Amino acid sequence: MSLDKVYNVLIVGVGGQGIILASDVLGRVAARRGYDVKKNEIHGMAQRGGSVSSHVRFGKKVSSPIIKMGEADVLVSFEQIETLRYFPFLSKEGQVILNDQRILPPAVFTGLQDYPAGIIEKVKEKAPRSVIVNGTEVANKIGNSRVINVILLGVLSNYLDIPVETYEEVLKESLKPKLLDINLKAFNEGRSLAS
Amino acid sequence: MKELLSGNEAIARGAYEYGVRLASAYPGTPSTEILEYIGDRYPEIKAGWAPNEKVALEVAAGAAYGGARALAAMKHVGLNVAADPFMTLSYTGVNGGLVIVVCDDPEMHSSQNEQDTRNYAKFGKTPCLEPSDSQEAKDLIGEALKISEKFDTPVIFRSTTRVSHSMSLVETGSRTEGAVELGLKKDPVKFVMLPAMARKKHPWVEQRMKDLAEFAETFQYNIITEGSKSLGIIASGIAYQYAREALPEASFLKLGMVWPLPEKLIRKFAASVDRLVVIEELDPFFEEAIRLMGIQVEGKSLTGLCGELSVEKIEIALKGKSSAESIGSIDVELPMRPPNLCPGCPHRATFTALKKHKLYVAGDIGCYTLGALPPLGMLDNCLCMGAGIGIAAGLARSLGDLAKGKAVAVIGDSTFYHSGMTPLLELAYNGGAATIVIMDNSTTAMTGAQHHPGTGYTLREDQTITADMEKLCESFGFKRIRKVNPYKVKELQQVLSEELNADEPSVIIAKAPCALLKTGRILPDKPLSINPENCTGCKSCINTGCPALEYVKEERTVKGKKFKGYSRINASLCVGCNTCFEVCKFNAIEEAS
Repeated sequence: MSLDKVYNVLIVGVGGQGIILASDVLGRVAARRGYDVKKNEIHGMAQRGGSVSSHVRFGKKVSSPIIKMGEADVLVSFEQIETLRYFPFLSKEGQVILNDQRILPPAVFTGLQDYPAGIIEKVKEKAPRSVIVNGTEVANKIGNSRVINVILLGVLSNYLDIPVETYEEVLKESLKPKLLDINLKAFNEGRSLAS
Repeated sequence: MKELLSGNEAIARGAYEYGVRLASAYPGTPSTEILEYIGDRYPEIKAGWAPNEKVALEVAAGAAYGGARALAAMKHVGLNVAADPFMTLSYTGVNGGLVIVVCDDPEMHSSQNEQDTRNYAKFGKTPCLEPSDSQEAKDLIGEALKISEKFDTPVIFRSTTRVSHSMSLVETGSRTEGAVELGLKKDPVKFVMLPAMARKKHPWVEQRMKDLAEFAETFQYNIITEGSKSLGIIASGIAYQYAREALPEASFLKLGMVWPLPEKLIRKFAASVDRLVVIEELDPFFEEAIRLMGIQVEGKSLTGLCGELSVEKIEIALKGKSSAESIGSIDVELPMRPPNLCPGCPHRATFTALKKHKLYVAGDIGCYTLGALPPLGMLDNCLCMGAGIGIAAGLARSLGDLAKGKAVAVIGDSTFYHSGMTPLLELAYNGGAATIVIMDNSTTAMTGAQHHPGTGYTLREDQTITADMEKLCESFGFKRIRKVNPYKVKELQQVLSEELNADEPSVIIAKAPCALLKTGRILPDKPLSINPENCTGCKSCINTGCPALEYVKEERTVKGKKFKGYSRINASLCVGCNTCFEVCKFNAIEEAS
């Protein structure tokens, strides 16, 4: 990884999907590798099922905690619609990691609007190298539906030049002991998915 | 080793390291976590939730009067509530250091307005410091306390959402106690603001501001970074970080003390550059002050008055375009994803009952403000904390028959203790046929479930008194007080009918714990299901807005009749609150098998 470049990872989805934990771990991982790190997300109303975005930036020196439009190296999206909402944040050569889950927004579950069709195809058309993850299926295989966030972190780790051990160290420090094994398994499962 | 801390964590850490003995706050995004971190991590600090920000500041002032270092924390609009003690604290001064942490919310991510707190520093004649990252957030708490003690003044510490909720690296240290001797010090000339004393204090305050302005000239957090002579930027807080990234070649004067301003330093900086631009969020606070100095400066004509700044806004304003090249957008009409009341929320049940009557509902601030959104659409106004009751009283009395049976206010329990008690007393005292619905969910829900005087627990989860809302209403003189379980929607509708028809003020307490609370749970946590044989697709359940329900568009024939669709319950989200069951006229909703 270049020393002067600032790396920009945007993680998006819906309140309650575990986005903040994933971005916390990534931020600590980057700090452990000696990078300057800034991370931002909006709390508050977003917790009530609203759209959530978490910005993680790291490099030699980082000023703004917010990724600007067109600057994200990686967009990790936990939900299909949210991928499109934040898509313009991605740089021209940016990488998409998309969890194919659909969470219905109010206008859809009340029958006023349809859930947009063909999102994955449209994303692939514009960003052909996109990685599509069936997080729910992988999580169910591991045996815990709440580890989708760490599976996606594992996928993401393939696109950042940081040793696996650093992620494992930080996961050990961030999680309760009884949740550690399943999350390490989730991370490694995710890591093996992208290649 | 450096730690990755949010701005709010760093403020709490600063309170610990710089010897704060007492901290008080009322929750409010983006400030809430400051007291939570202090409560969780630093037992050396006496800390607790106050019923509102005015009380929080008064409690902190008491500690400071006694020589203790103290901190009060609030969101920007909280300082409006605390403005009364704040304005005269400037006159009494302090004794131990007193820092008032005020978190602004440019862009109104979770707020009703985007007022700029720097104006309060000027208005109240106090200094104001502003950090641009977490390290400075920690350090400037220490500086604020020192300045407070040295100049005998409360100090405003202004943060913004992006500083409070961004994480960056912080070098931590150990705790040092404040140097002021603790004790009950009698000094009426200093502390008793009778007119004769206050008249002497005003010129003292004016001199103090001159001394502070002189101090600001050499304050180590007002820093010039030399760059190109062609462009000089004056900025503070998060706007500095954005500008630094957007304009790396420019010269910078970064202000860590945003009031009073260092005039000589600003003149020196202005003289060293060809073009001077202020980059600041919200009001033209620096810009106007600098223009008053007779210095030519640009600012708001480039960046605008409303909302947050960003790196690209600054690039576009000063360089014509953003330096990043986006992949572009994908052209699909996207449904919005606004925040919503949770599955099983008792407020949804209450609003559903209210919806059956033709009402004008005055509201205020809390999760229940979300009741304004479709499909509930039940709030007709939201002004500020506690406002709904007074507004309903004003409508009921001024409009008479026009508002008869229609003037309702809704208020949450935390908001009731914050600022609902005095307007309720006004209603009892002056009368008016308004119906007040207290939606008691036993927590301060919107900010993430903080305790308050009605929950029985303190910030640190210690057991304490439980204020009795019903007895309070009784003691105010209300003759009509009804208590209901909001999940019994039909029963609540009946109670509402009776109370709306009454010729005097009445209170309905709709009590059920927040659906996210683990304690005191009354929800069955067993999902309901819909029998498609009975569902006609009438959408009565859908119109409660519950995220556990879904309307499926699918033409079908049931018992010989054609329907366009039907409702379905997502078992993984449903907690069995029964609100949909209560509104279903076709017996389609039943316990999941």
